[in-house]
Amino acid sequence: MEVPILKQGPYLIASIQSALSDEDLVQLRDALVAQVGKLRSRGVIVDVTALDVMDSFATRTLRDIAHMIRLRGAEMVIVGIQPEVAFALVRLGLKLEGVATALDLEEGILYLNRKMTESGKKR
Amino acid sequence: MGDDRHPRTLRTTASHHAARNRIEGRPEGNDTVRVPIKSDRDIIFARQKGKEMASKLGFSSTDLTLIATSISELARNIVLYANTGEIILGTVHQGEKRGLSVVASDEGRGIPDIQRALQDGFSTSHSLGLGLPGVRRLMDEFEISSEINRGTTVSVRKWVP
Repeated sequence: MEVPILKQGPYLIASIQSALSDEDLVQLRDALVAQVGKLRSRGVIVDVTALDVMDSFATRTLRDIAHMIRLRGAEMVIVGIQPEVAFALVRLGLKLEGVATALDLEEGILYLNRKMTESGKKR
Repeated sequence: MGDDRHPRTLRTTASHHAARNRIEGRPEGNDTVRVPIKSDRDIIFARQKGKEMASKLGFSSTDLTLIATSISELARNIVLYANTGEIILGTVHQGEKRGLSVVASDEGRGIPDIQRALQDGFSTSHSLGLGLPGVRRLMDEFEISSEINRGTTVSVRKWVP
């Protein structure tokens, strides 16, 4: 199941709709990293509200995506990690080091807006 | 009865094949589901099945997530280290207690150093991990047996609180 990527002004929003296979996650990674350049996006939001499980592979891939997006000169924020998922991640000892997270889409956009203002990147 | 159906034969030192045969030899009710694991897509199916069964047993939504995450890690180990194997889901009883049993079994190359695989940091800090210490923390009971070039069986259980 491919993840739709929407362009919202200077940002890209990837809204995960259902459980993703490893292949889907890798596809999402490649698509986002490419689209950020193509559309000259300043920020990326990955919405994981619909994910009921984030295992080690999903967590690692999301962390990789965030770091790759930053290397491409944009910012990324993960939004919508569910309380149960957060609990499981902590128990598993999985960390999203250096990755920005926000409560929901709205907070994610506010976070990116703040980042853009700080760095004077907003256009 | 639960103990008879699920003998505690899985010890880290037990012969993998003996353990596996005993698991396969146990009576199968309609409350046992076997999910073959052949590719990463099967991981999703296995954890969804497990969640479904656990939900019927009355686990909380937090426990459902912990169980599904554990199944995901165990199924992932099969795909990563053995290519194929299976996840056997079943309900277990112990007196008044009811729970879910998850057995992840493969005939892969086995784990050379189980003690090390159960240590934190061996898995999670590396990109390809066994995730076994994590799974151990998510579930109530955890048993593993592995034999080089014969395979690995991980058996975990969680009881409805």
